[in-house]
Amino acid sequence: MRHGKYPFVIGFLFAPVALYVTFVIAPYAQAFQISMTNWRGLSAPQWVGFDNYRRLLDDGAFWKAVQHHGVLLLALPLITIAIALFFAFLLNVGGKSSGGQRQGVWGAKFYRVVFFFPQVLAVAIIAVLFQMVYRPNESGLINGVLMKFGLDPILFLVRPNLALWSIIAVLVWQAVGFYVVLFSAGMASIPGEIYEAAEMDGATKVTLFFRVTLPLLWDTLQVAWVYLGIAAFDAFAIVAVLSVDGGGPDGATTVLAMEIYRNAFVYSKYGYASAMGVALFFLTLTFAALTLRLTKRESVEY
Amino acid sequence: MSITPEHPAALDRRTVLRRAAAVGMLATPAVGLLSACATSGDDKENEQVAGGTKSEKNPLGVKEDAPIEVVIFNGGYGEKYATDVHEPLYKTAFPKSEVKHQATQAVSTVLQPRFASGNPPEFVNNSGEKFLDFGALVNDGQLQDLTELWDAPSVDDPSKKVRDTIIPGVVEQGMFSTADGQRKPFVLYYVSTVYGIWYSGKLFKDNGWTAPTTFDQFKALCEQIKAKGITPYGYAGANAAYYQWNVILSQAAKIGGADVLKNIDNLEDGAWKQDAVKQAAEAWAEIGAKYSDKSFEGLKHTDVQLRQNQGKVAFYPSGDWLENEQKKDTPAGFTYQLMPVPSLTASDKLPATAIRAAGGEGYFVSSKSKNPRGGMEYMRQMLSKAGARGFTETVGAATVVPAGSEGFQFPPGVASAQAALKAAGNDVFNMLFDNWYKELDTEARTATNELMFGRINADAFVERIQKRADAIKKDSSVTKFKR
Repeated sequence: MRHGKYPFVIGFLFAPVALYVTFVIAPYAQAFQISMTNWRGLSAPQWVGFDNYRRLLDDGAFWKAVQHHGVLLLALPLITIAIALFFAFLLNVGGKSSGGQRQGVWGAKFYRVVFFFPQVLAVAIIAVLFQMVYRPNESGLINGVLMKFGLDPILFLVRPNLALWSIIAVLVWQAVGFYVVLFSAGMASIPGEIYEAAEMDGATKVTLFFRVTLPLLWDTLQVAWVYLGIAAFDAFAIVAVLSVDGGGPDGATTVLAMEIYRNAFVYSKYGYASAMGVALFFLTLTFAALTLRLTKRESVEY
Repeated sequence: MSITPEHPAALDRRTVLRRAAAVGMLATPAVGLLSACATSGDDKENEQVAGGTKSEKNPLGVKEDAPIEVVIFNGGYGEKYATDVHEPLYKTAFPKSEVKHQATQAVSTVLQPRFASGNPPEFVNNSGEKFLDFGALVNDGQLQDLTELWDAPSVDDPSKKVRDTIIPGVVEQGMFSTADGQRKPFVLYYVSTVYGIWYSGKLFKDNGWTAPTTFDQFKALCEQIKAKGITPYGYAGANAAYYQWNVILSQAAKIGGADVLKNIDNLEDGAWKQDAVKQAAEAWAEIGAKYSDKSFEGLKHTDVQLRQNQGKVAFYPSGDWLENEQKKDTPAGFTYQLMPVPSLTASDKLPATAIRAAGGEGYFVSSKSKNPRGGMEYMRQMLSKAGARGFTETVGAATVVPAGSEGFQFPPGVASAQAALKAAGNDVFNMLFDNWYKELDTEARTATNELMFGRINADAFVERIQKRADAIKKDSSVTKFKR
């Protein structure tokens, strides 16, 4: 049997690998090639070398987008993980203990389902939903209430220094549910005896959280950070549907995917858009590699 | 990437490098793939039919029994106007000919392979989401030069050329530069679109207001409207800022003449910094600051249009599709009315009645089809009074042939637009830069929001758009157009 192992394995691998190469790897590779041309989608592409990349260097919109990814990269994981951890802690170990078993707060099962709701909704629907929430006049969810009390409406998506944060808030709202579930699963696998022992030694809930839960959850946190970081490099759907004037006002909420979309499908500059795509690819790759390197530390065995 | 929760640290430097190398190796065969999909099939020349004898009835010399094929975009205007009006007209003129009709919602999907294989239909209504790129068709020599058609005598009055029976500027709008640098008319834009500022006839009548013709009157009226608790003026910043740059540039054309817009379209140096553009921007920035609502920047065009229907906004800039678009939200008796952009000063180059009007819905004849003369004759029939009238009666929209709309009972909004167009006479202008250079359109939209919602002044407005226009002019990858 050992003799025919490789042909056997290769036979099984061939179809999926061929599909993967054709539909995933090849387009990726093609993007690299197109980024070196001035292809406009109709006539044959002309080779222009690194022209497109040189052009990137003084494209204001590109750098604005990169800057926004920087903000997203810090804010999105930090806020999401903080909130998700807090909720997960409350849902799993935040309540009273009964029969030596740590319990979540009252109604934890219900909350767990509710928190997961945003995850079930399509991103476009969430964006449309928040259009209603943020609407700048009396028919908006938030501003309708404010205006009832005679206050001025808050122009969430219109004020340049508020717009990006309004978008981040939506991204966080959407992501938290998933990470609550992820962290819950992680916490469920932490043995109850550890909590019990710590409690007997007089640990408060805060100490429990920082001294027991957090260290034992480190691996899960690391994964969450990478996932959220990659999500921070995307954000396209929310920005495209929710922001005013496609990443506006005046590029205040634009992201790389938005600029890629605009250059490719509005300006028909497929070559230049591909160059942006390649830049995004390397940014994401660098981030993932860096994060995994920096957060590497001894995980606690239990 | 394969980062799994079980092995988060699996992606070490070596794997990254290895993967990068793999990607590099894969890129090589992809070069072949790309060139395979980017080039099209072979060009076989089509055998064209010989011309017929020219006569008074047949000025284009169409072969009387040669068939023609008509492809219609089955969209907003449907296909009935072709099957019920234009095709019968052609059949009447050439009873021995056969008219083959085809309707589609995806023009390029159906026709791309036929152009590639050298067997295109004679007549095409190139419109809709999937329309064939006109510039690419021109570059490929696929379009019939329509000069002969425009110079042919019209169906109704042989002493008048076809070009003189339509709204000024429409022939020009369909002109493109060929590879050898000549400018030729290739496209017929058939549906008339008039742009202006819209208000409710009822609201104005009830309050005893009249449409202003000068900017001072306009501002005075805005003051009165504001006192009534109604937002005097507004457009939707979230997705329709181009409705507003249209107003600003129309104003500029009035101040400095239609050449102001020609300079902008032709990417002339300093075109956006012309005094007329700056004055217009200044005037409208004031309207934005004093008589609009900051929240409109976050609204979509349908939101603001609905607010106008609800009587919360008085003036709204748009084209004459507005009335039809708002049909189901418009309360009875609302009576859409259009007014041209008011004159800024008495020294304006164009009169207060001057207006932006253009053709919509493009049609062309394929030069490499079997019977291109038949295609041109079909256009001549379309542009006859009967053809235009039939179109208007079937779809309720005006064509670029004014004689066809005469006496037709349009709904009040379109009727007022047609009246305004008539009043404008020869003072009709248009701009094309947004279709030619999408990037410039995007920049103008962004800058317009910045200007109208008070974040920049008129100087900065013209400065930043000029900067982008200069960049486009220098960009060798962008095909340039001239008019």
